[in-house]
Amino acid sequence: MRLTLNGAVTDVEAAPGRRLLDVLREECGLTGTKEGCGEGECGACTVLMNGQLVVSCLVPFAQAEGAEIRTIEGVGDHALQQHFMSEAGAQCGICTPGMVMTASTLSRDATLEDIRIALAGNLCRCTGYEAIYRAIQRARAATSA
Amino acid sequence: MSVVGTSVARKDGIGKATGAAKYADDLSIPGMLFGRTVRSTIPCGRVKRIRYDFDTTGFTIVDRRDIPLDGRNVVALIEDDQPFLVERDVRHVAEPIVLLAHADREKLLAADVIIEYEVEPPVFDPEASTESLKTLTIDKGHLDAGFAQADVIVEGTYRTGHQEHVYIEPNGVIAVPEDGGIAIFGSIQCPFYVVKALKSLLGPKAHVRVVQTETGGGFGGKEEYPSMIAGHATLLALKAGLPVKIVYDRTEDMIATTKRHPSIVRHRTGVKRDGTLVAMDVEVILDGGAYITLSPVVLSRGCIHAAGPYRCDNVRIRGRAMLTNTPPNGAFRGFGAPQTIFAIEAHMDRIAEALGVDPVTIRERNALVPGDTTATGQRLTADCSALPVLREAVERTDFRRKREALRGTNRGIGLSLFYHGSGFTGSGELRLASKAALELTDHGVRILVSSTEIGQGTRTMHAQIVAETLGIPYEDVDVAQPDTTLVPDSGPTVASRTCMVVGRILQRCAEDLKRRLGDLTPAEYYRAHGPFTIVREHEPPGWIQWDDETYTGDAYATYAWGCDVVEVELDADTCEVRPLHLTAVQEVGKAIHPALARGQIEGGSAQGIGYAIVEHVAMRDGVMANASLTNYTIPTTLDTPAMDIVLLENPYEDGPFGAKGLGELPMDGPAPAVINALRHLGVDLSEIPATPERVMSACGSR
Ligand code: FES
Ligand code: FES
Repeated sequence: MRLTLNGAVTDVEAAPGRRLLDVLREECGLTGTKEGCGEGECGACTVLMNGQLVVSCLVPFAQAEGAEIRTIEGVGDHALQQHFMSEAGAQCGICTPGMVMTASTLSRDATLEDIRIALAGNLCRCTGYEAIYRAIQRARAATSA
Repeated sequence: MSVVGTSVARKDGIGKATGAAKYADDLSIPGMLFGRTVRSTIPCGRVKRIRYDFDTTGFTIVDRRDIPLDGRNVVALIEDDQPFLVERDVRHVAEPIVLLAHADREKLLAADVIIEYEVEPPVFDPEASTESLKTLTIDKGHLDAGFAQADVIVEGTYRTGHQEHVYIEPNGVIAVPEDGGIAIFGSIQCPFYVVKALKSLLGPKAHVRVVQTETGGGFGGKEEYPSMIAGHATLLALKAGLPVKIVYDRTEDMIATTKRHPSIVRHRTGVKRDGTLVAMDVEVILDGGAYITLSPVVLSRGCIHAAGPYRCDNVRIRGRAMLTNTPPNGAFRGFGAPQTIFAIEAHMDRIAEALGVDPVTIRERNALVPGDTTATGQRLTADCSALPVLREAVERTDFRRKREALRGTNRGIGLSLFYHGSGFTGSGELRLASKAALELTDHGVRILVSSTEIGQGTRTMHAQIVAETLGIPYEDVDVAQPDTTLVPDSGPTVASRTCMVVGRILQRCAEDLKRRLGDLTPAEYYRAHGPFTIVREHEPPGWIQWDDETYTGDAYATYAWGCDVVEVELDADTCEVRPLHLTAVQEVGKAIHPALARGQIEGGSAQGIGYAIVEHVAMRDGVMANASLTNYTIPTTLDTPAMDIVLLENPYEDGPFGAKGLGELPMDGPAPAVINALRHLGVDLSEIPATPERVMSACGSR
C-alpha cells in the first residue's frame, strides 16, 4: 500500500485491518508514536493524516491508503520542540509526541483557553499540563515575533 | 558559575521532544517472542485443573513447575509471601497462573487456556478481615490525661479509595537470555529490586543484569511490580531460549498491577476552647490486598504522618494493614501519607467548625514550630516551615476575605497544611547503605547511580549537583543509563530520596574528586592519569535515633512542608465538583532546578486533584470493573485547575545545597483542600473521591 510518510512516498506492506499505530511502529520503525491506551482516550498515538489529527490506535491501516501521514519524526516544528525542552514540558516524555503533534496544529494566536481545548484529548500524568501550556505559548510567541 | 538553582536544559529533553527516546516497547530484538500472562478469574480458592485448548505448536508454555531447582517461587521483597505463579491457592483475581509466549501476537492472544477452580468465599472488606499484614502503635504522652484537659471532643471517620497510577506507558519488559542467565530491559523504577527478585527466582548464583529503559512515568507503580513481570519474561525467555517481550495493555495493567491503598481513618480529638490540641487518638486501617508486598512500610509512613503537622502532647496512633482478596496494593506517590493527611486535614476543619473558629486560626494555633516534637517524639529544628507555608498561602490567596466573599455562592475555598518526611523512615537509610559513583571521561565526568529517571528529572538534577560541586560546565557531566552490572546500588528511586540522599552522596563523590584533581580539569586529569572512579556510601546524619519497636525517635532526617488552597465550583444540577484554582506553597529546602521542582508540584497537585474528585476505582467482586481510560478518568486539560506555585526554601543542612525531598509532598495536599472547600460550601463529605453521587447524597442530608 502506498502512502506519503513524513513527506516521502512510501510503500508499506501490512494487513489492511492492522492499526495504523502498529504499522508505523513495527513496519516503518517510527516508534516515536506511542501507545498509552489503545482505545482513543490518551492521545499518545496522535499523528496527522491529511493534515487532520487522528488517534492512530483507532485507524485501520486500510484507511491510510494514499494518505499523507505525519508523525513526531517528521513534524519539523522545531520551535515547539525546543520549548518543550526548555520549559520542562516533557517529564517522562511518553505523552510528548502526541502533545507536540496536537500543538503543531494550533494557530499562532491561540489563547490559553484554545490550547486547553485543543489538548483535551491528550492525557499527561506528569506535568499537570502547566509546563506544556508554557512551552506552547512561548513557542508561539517566538515564531510570531 | 552557578548551575544549581537554575533551570538548565533537561539531559533527556531532546530525545523526548523528538520522539527518539526509546521506551521498553520501542525495542525489538531479533527472534523476540511476545509473552502473555494467564490469570485467575476468581478472588479466592484453588486451581484444580489447567487445560490448553489450542494447538500448542510454536508456543512456549510456563507454569510453576518451570521454576529452576535452585530458585524459589517467591517475589522477594519485604516478606517472601507472594509467588511469581500460583502454586495452588488463588488469593485474588488476576493472579498469574500460566505464561505463554509466541512469535505471533494474534495467535498468542487467541490461545485458550481453561482453568478450573475450587472456589472459596473471599473477603473484600478490610474491617471484616481477620488477617492483618502489619500492625503498629505510636504512643506519646498520656491519652487519658489529655482528654481530661479537653473542653471539646471531636470525632470523625474518613475514607479514601483506591487510586490507579495511570503512568501513560504501561508496565513492560524484555528478557534476553545472556551468559547462562538473563538480562532485563524494562520500564523500571528500582532496578536492584528486580535483581533481588530474579535472584530469588533463579537462585543466588544466576547471572542477572537489569537495565532501565526510558520510563514513561512511575509514581510508585513501577517500584515493586516490575519484579513480577521481569520474572515472568525471564521464565519464558529461559525456556524458549529466545528474548521475550511482555508489555501490558491498559486494561491488564489496571486489573493486575498495584494501586494506592484504600483507607479508613478514625479520629477522636480533644481540644481546649482556645483551639489547643490536647489529645489525639487515631486509628488507621489500610486495605493491603492479598499479599504483604510493601504494605507494612506504607502503613508505617501513613501512621507517622497521621497526626498532621501539629503539636500535641498526648497522641496515640494505631495502625493495621489488612489482607483482602484483591490484588496487592502498593507504592504510590506519598506512600500512605496522602490517606492519613486527608483524614487529619479534613478533621481539622471540623474541629475549627466545632469551636467556631476559621481553618487558618486552628492551624496557626497548633502548627509545629522549631523545638516542638512530632508524634514519634522527634524534636524539630530550624528547617521546620509549617507556619511560613501557611502564612504565605493565606496571604497570597487572601484566604479569609475570599472565604467571606464566596459565602452563599456556588463556590467554596479550602486549605490544607501538610508535611512529608524525606527519605526512608528511621534507620532505613542507614540499612540501605546506598552508593553512588563518579567516573572520569575524556571530556568530564559520568555519574553512575541506579537512581532512575522516570520523568522527575533525576539525570538533570544529579548532573547539576555534580557540576556545581566540581566547578565544571553542566554539559561536561554525563549520566550513565542504569545497568545493574555497571552502576552501584543507590537504593530505590522512591520516598523523595533521589535528590536529597543520592544527590548528597554524589556531592560527596564530587568533593573527593575535586581534591584529587587539584588544579586539573577532569578531562586533563583523565588525559594525564587515565580512567578513575570514585565511589561513596551514604552517611546519614549521626543524630538520627529511631526505635523500630516503639516507633519513637527521628522518623525522618527532615520534612518538606506545604499549604494548598483550592477553590471549587459545585454544579447544583449535576453535583459535579469543578476545581477552579489551586495555590500550592511548598517549602523544599532548595530547588536545585526550579522548573523541575515546579513541575513536580504541578504534576503532583494534578494527581491530588484527580484523587480528590474524579479518580474512582470501582471494585466489583475483587476486580477493577472500570479498567480502561474511558471509564477510569484522570484529569485532562479541562479538569485541571489553574495553578499558582510558590517555592519556599529553608535549607536542610545535610541535603545537597540544602535540598529536601519534594517528589511526594504535592500529592498530600489537594484532596483535603478540596473536601474542605466543599465543607465551606456546606457539603459535609468525609470520603474521596467526591463523585457526583457522593456529593448528591451529602447535599441531601444537609
Ligand atoms: S493509544 Fe491511541 S489514544 Fe491512547
Ligand atoms: S510527561 Fe509523562 S505523561 Fe506527560
